[in-house]
Amino acid sequence: MKLFISYLGVGVDLMKVYYRTTSMTKRRKKSILPWLITGGLLFIAITATVVVTILLQGLDIPVLNPKGEIAMAEKDLLLFTLALSAVVVVPVFVMIGGFAWRYREGNTRAKYTPDHDSNRWIEGLWWGIPIVIIGILSVVTWVSTHQLDPYKPLVSDEKAIRVQAIAMQWKWLFLYPDYDVASVNVLKIPVGVPINFEVTSDGPMSALWIPSLGSQIYAMNGMTARLSLIADKPGEFRGSNSNINGKGFADMHFMTKTVDDRYEFEKWAASVRNAINHAHIDQGSYAQLAIPSAGDSPQYFHLHDVNLYDRVLNKYMHHGIGFTGEYGNHEH
Amino acid sequence: MNIDWSMLLGRLSLDALPDNIVTIGGAVGGVLGVLFIIGLLTYTRRWKWLWRTWMTSLDPKKIGVMYIAVSGIMLVRGLADVIMMRAQQALFATTADGPITADLFQQVFSAHGTIMIFFVAMGVIFGLINLILPLQIGARDVAFPLLNSISFWLFFAGMALMNVSLALGEFSAAGWLAYPPLSTLEYSPGTGVDYWIWSLQVAGIGSLLSGVNFLVTIFTMRRKGMTMMKMPIFVWTVLGSMLLVVFAFPILTATLGMLTLDRTIGTHFFTSDLGGNPMMYVNLIWAWGHPEVYILVLPAFGVFSEIVPVFSRKRLFGYTSMVWAIMAITVLSFTVWLHHFFTMGAGANVNAFFGIMTMVIAIPTGVKVFNWLFTMFRGRISFKTPMLWFMGFITTFTIGGVTGVLLAVPGIDFQVHNSLFLVAHFHNMIIGGVLFGAFAALAYWWPKFTGFHLHEGLGIAAFWSWLVGFVLAFAPLYILGLMGAVRRLDHYDASLGWQGLFIVAGVGVMFILLGVFFQILQLAYSVWKRKELACDSDPWDGRTLEWSTSTPIAEYNYATLDVVHGRDAFWSFKQSGRKRLSNYTDILVPKNSGFGPIIAIVVFVGSFAVIWHMWWLAAIGLIATILLAILVGMRENVERTITEKQIAVTEKKLWGSEA
Repeated sequence: MKLFISYLGVGVDLMKVYYRTTSMTKRRKKSILPWLITGGLLFIAITATVVVTILLQGLDIPVLNPKGEIAMAEKDLLLFTLALSAVVVVPVFVMIGGFAWRYREGNTRAKYTPDHDSNRWIEGLWWGIPIVIIGILSVVTWVSTHQLDPYKPLVSDEKAIRVQAIAMQWKWLFLYPDYDVASVNVLKIPVGVPINFEVTSDGPMSALWIPSLGSQIYAMNGMTARLSLIADKPGEFRGSNSNINGKGFADMHFMTKTVDDRYEFEKWAASVRNAINHAHIDQGSYAQLAIPSAGDSPQYFHLHDVNLYDRVLNKYMHHGIGFTGEYGNHEH
Repeated sequence: MNIDWSMLLGRLSLDALPDNIVTIGGAVGGVLGVLFIIGLLTYTRRWKWLWRTWMTSLDPKKIGVMYIAVSGIMLVRGLADVIMMRAQQALFATTADGPITADLFQQVFSAHGTIMIFFVAMGVIFGLINLILPLQIGARDVAFPLLNSISFWLFFAGMALMNVSLALGEFSAAGWLAYPPLSTLEYSPGTGVDYWIWSLQVAGIGSLLSGVNFLVTIFTMRRKGMTMMKMPIFVWTVLGSMLLVVFAFPILTATLGMLTLDRTIGTHFFTSDLGGNPMMYVNLIWAWGHPEVYILVLPAFGVFSEIVPVFSRKRLFGYTSMVWAIMAITVLSFTVWLHHFFTMGAGANVNAFFGIMTMVIAIPTGVKVFNWLFTMFRGRISFKTPMLWFMGFITTFTIGGVTGVLLAVPGIDFQVHNSLFLVAHFHNMIIGGVLFGAFAALAYWWPKFTGFHLHEGLGIAAFWSWLVGFVLAFAPLYILGLMGAVRRLDHYDASLGWQGLFIVAGVGVMFILLGVFFQILQLAYSVWKRKELACDSDPWDGRTLEWSTSTPIAEYNYATLDVVHGRDAFWSFKQSGRKRLSNYTDILVPKNSGFGPIIAIVVFVGSFAVIWHMWWLAAIGLIATILLAILVGMRENVERTITEKQIAVTEKKLWGSEA
């Protein structure tokens, strides 16, 4: 409610600016229009900044608050690129403001050269500066794209854990084939251990994205995409599907829950397997799970069928001539 | 007794009528609107007038006005979609009990994207080209006048199909680009995706024909003396844009064609098995989709390149650089499509290549920005509304450019792809670039066509409302994207704390609506006060040829065809103090033709029949279309003569007091 009132204030202010300026320009030539507009804009900018800052109190901005090596590198890349862009953008803003003010119609003291229409040096500079900046950025892009290739396994002393993610309508199924466990709408991972995801879809195209950990990747049926991530800090990280895949799309999110280390993780896996009355998952119960539904609560399973992932993949290649394998040329 | 109507009506039945309160509202509103217009036309007995002066006219100036009128109405419809989306996300999203269901929400954003790109941005760009291009190159018409009319009417038919989905059936819920497998029959069995396919297919063919038409016009119909390097920059940008249309739209046509076959006769172009591949669709649609962005924004660049020199009272800085930049953008825009799906698993070499190519486009774009700035340098700038829109454009577009470079780095894109960060970025480019360009163009060229100015104060009010609204509506989206909010969410958990930012974005939308309100008010008020706002044929002290002819403009544009001697042709005429010539000769102008609207009706009915599987009617539609195409080719006696004497009389009347 407060918000609405503050914006109402802005609206009233704008109307005032408008009224004053239209009557003002009629009355005298030297108008206070620029001052009013600058003032009004400053007011709006400050209000908006204050409001947004208040709104952001205590909230997490995962892309800027990374919890894993990949997300960290991507944040650094973002800030670096932003800084480099500023080299061009800041002068543009300074010039547009400066030129607009200096060469306004009313300012007869400013120089006026109506036929001045080219200057080889200046134009060379316009081509040159962006070329240099984009040149630098290109090198950074080339190197970083190779470093951050989602298919590239992370370098670590720890042996990676294999997780097979299946995007379903509209939930995430995670299989841990080496531990005979599985989970729906919750992802359990140990801190400090690389996770090698194999990602596919049993339905429309989807995408796996855990902003706190970094990179997302599309999940497509009949195909496997790979993604390597690591959590360097403990916590609960929200993950979701970022690509629309039907009605229940908005419900297709999950929590990534960390345990302290590999030992704890193995202990957790064993507890799932050995739980009394544990739910299990095999081909039959998978078919049940595959019926489209949204908002399924998080659940852990004993994985009875270690080849389940391949079966889901092969569902889309039943004529034996489907497109198989991975997209692109990965040299590692 | 149960009669089986399906042979006759296909899938169409009473079930096709809307059942949700929101869609019923939309449908009833739409139907009432159409009925109101029909009633008004009948009551004022304007049908004949409408048919003769507008619908069958081959005058590009009239076709241009019709394009812009349709785009204006569609802009309002697209904004209605926005209100629904943001209201849902700001007010009901965390409880999910609003009037808008998930399925409807998805139809709404799919419709929003489709409408805004195809029926607002494209329409307004083609409208502008129709109005300005022939005048700027000093021509009396376009190369193929009837084809031009057919293009418009196909655009109209596509628009009509899209809007019929409000009342009969549903619209696509698969996003504005309808990626398979979601858009295949398995996951979208209804008529929605078919409506989407056919409205784009029909409008897209219209665009392709326009592309050919304007290219030929530029190449063959320029005024004597206007060499390529003397063309106004707007003409250059249209050249680039139309080259893109000619190369890109066939891809869209073919891709939609394959998707149609997948959906209707069960082929496997885009399925995962039997040799098909959905990734092929994603590649193809963006091989069209990326150039499409530049098809829209290049002419907007052209508009600003016309406005900045006029309102700075100075020659355009760096003409040659500008031309090179435009052509560089044209070529490069075909080499970057993969940046729309870095996250589809391509190898690092591929991703890096396309990332770098994307950044390379920032170079010529940057050059253009600097050239505009240096046109202002040592000028005498008057901040009339067109110039204000330019200032707004350059600010928002630069910010959009920065976020565009961020998204071009694959490593960053991996984090923000498909998030609201991306949504904010492309709205920055399309609203800040294309729409602000269109508004600037409207304010700038309006007096040329009508003989009176648009009210300046209301224009300023509209500008500020738009600018403030724009910042409020999209700045929060950048933050939300970084917070992990993906696009197209109809609800989210309250615990995420996103609601406040969505409310700010909603407030931004209200400011934008205020801007639109001021614009409508401005149009109405200016028409009402047109006597007080009247101006002569060259109100801005223009530089290019279009300002040299009379206002209102005669249907033949120019009574005499003076040879052009330099860039800024009219400016040099004025500088040299040359008088208007009066050595008139007979002029041939095209006769009106009803083929455009008739073809539109036939194509509309045929497409509607395919959507609803009324195969007999579809067959009739196809045959009729082919027959009409043959008839178009067999037309004879298509021009009429305006005699020397008539011209002399008309010219005297048009110039009136300005003698």
